Amino acid sequence: MSLLSACLDRLARLGRFLWSAWAGLAGLALIGALWQAGHEAYGDFILTAPLDTLAAAARLMHEGRAQELLALTTARALAGFGLCALIGTLFGVAAGYSPATLRLSRPILTLLLGVPPIAWIVLAMIWFGPSDLTVAVTILISATPVVFVGAVEGVVTRDRGLDDMAQVFGAGPLRRFLFVSARQISAQLFPALILALGSAFKVAIMAELLANAGGIGGALARARAMLDIAEALAWVSLAVAALIAVEYILIRPVRAELERWREAAAPWGVKR
Amino acid sequence: MSLLELNRIGHAFFGRTVLEGITLGVARQEIVALVGPSGSGKSTLAHIAAGLVEPREGRIARHYLRHAMVFQEPRLMPWATAAGNIGFPLRLSRAPRRMRRRVIADAALRAGLLPEDLGKYPSELSGGMRQRAAIARALVTDPDFIYFDEPFTALDVALKRRMQDLVIEAAASARFAALFITHDLLEAIRISHRILVLDAGGRGIAGERLPPGSPGTRDEAAIFALRQHYLTADPLFAHIHDIDERLRP
Ligand SMILES: Nc1ncnc2c1ncn2[C@@H]1O[C@H](COP(=O)(O)OP(=O)(O)O)[C@@H](O)[C@H]1O
Ligand SMILES: [Mg+2]
Repeated sequence: MSLLSACLDRLARLGRFLWSAWAGLAGLALIGALWQAGHEAYGDFILTAPLDTLAAAARLMHEGRAQELLALTTARALAGFGLCALIGTLFGVAAGYSPATLRLSRPILTLLLGVPPIAWIVLAMIWFGPSDLTVAVTILISATPVVFVGAVEGVVTRDRGLDDMAQVFGAGPLRRFLFVSARQISAQLFPALILALGSAFKVAIMAELLANAGGIGGALARARAMLDIAEALAWVSLAVAALIAVEYILIRPVRAELERWREAAAPWGVKR
Repeated sequence: MSLLELNRIGHAFFGRTVLEGITLGVARQEIVALVGPSGSGKSTLAHIAAGLVEPREGRIARHYLRHAMVFQEPRLMPWATAAGNIGFPLRLSRAPRRMRRRVIADAALRAGLLPEDLGKYPSELSGGMRQRAAIARALVTDPDFIYFDEPFTALDVALKRRMQDLVIEAAASARFAALFITHDLLEAIRISHRILVLDAGGRGIAGERLPPGSPGTRDEAAIFALRQHYLTADPLFAHIHDIDERLRP
């Protein structure tokens, strides 16, 4: 039946997506050129050449220990992200549907967002010591508000006309939520989730560095102590690569599948 | 026996009375047009009758098996194709998957959509085609009662005519009854068995008129003449166009 055409459609979209990687590559090349220029202006000690950095990163990966550290940091970031996605979505949706809760949560949110993440790291270190928990709690506190706000926005900006439509055709509250509202909420939620994922990685590394909890943050701290700029830059590149890999493996495919109709809505030539 | 009976329905939004003492009935296979100026509470009344809004007072008796509604805007889900939107009520009623496809194609055809339009998303359809999809969605479960809430107001005159013919034909073949809300008198005369006029302030039904003949058999000249007569010589329709909802308290 239409299984073949569905597969073909997905293949076509995958092809378009891969083709669009050229634009990303061009952007990377631009950054590389600027980096190289900086290197030539300030010398090896301040800014290692991009190729040397890549070589250092490759060396770290080959030595074997880097993979372990990357895996540790990624696992911590993902654990924190998963927790904050779950809690943020749950509470955000609940608050979106209940104006009283929303009004109550606004000042709490302002407060949470006002406290710099670094303060949370210090507090978590005191409470939990240099452990996974410190990293997870810091991520949870600093990234949840973004997800929460995204979920609330999704609920309050949804098209209520569609709710009425579904009700007329016999959908109860649960099926109205599942069939009609959830899709609209997800459209607002995904950008927030991507933002939260990025901040989960950044906060994880920062917390590791400050709490001396190992992982990439710990390795960065060591590179700083030895003033090894090449190694520091190599670790940064590896962390960024890990973040991008996770984002494109975990979140983008789901989003692309849910937002197929947006692509249909885009005029020819605007398709990314 | 009436399929729908409203008895002394009243409603208020935030303490402001919108409807008061509305009593009306719609018989089996009867199309009743409800006309009234903009802001007189027609949509609110339809939503109350369909169970979307709980009235503040009055009784509603629904003797039909299944209802559907065509709204002023198409209200299609942008993430679903035309077929997905038309089939939505089937999905809600848990109709088996294998029969859905045929039923959807059939309803789409009756609403004037071609099979090749069914795979398109609403954003790829024209305004008229979106409203056709909304009509197909209302027809797909074979309801015996359909609410129409000014469904063609946004369409141009020629398209409006075609859609009205479509509804007249569908009503004749599928034998549903309908409450057809409009503020276009021509549309009301063309489509209905009976015209009810809502009081400009929502205080009751001001009166009713029975256009001679039945929908689909009246000729254009007679329809125009009747509209002219209503507007110039019939006091019941005196306020149909001149009320601005912002002037209401
Ligand atoms: N959800 C609502 N909340 C508050 N006021 C409303 C709401 N819906 C409609 N109204 C008011 O009720 C009156 C009747 O509205 P409506 O039923 O939409 O009129 P019509 O469909 O005849 O144009 C209007 O004055 C409108 O402002
Ligand atoms: Mg209205």
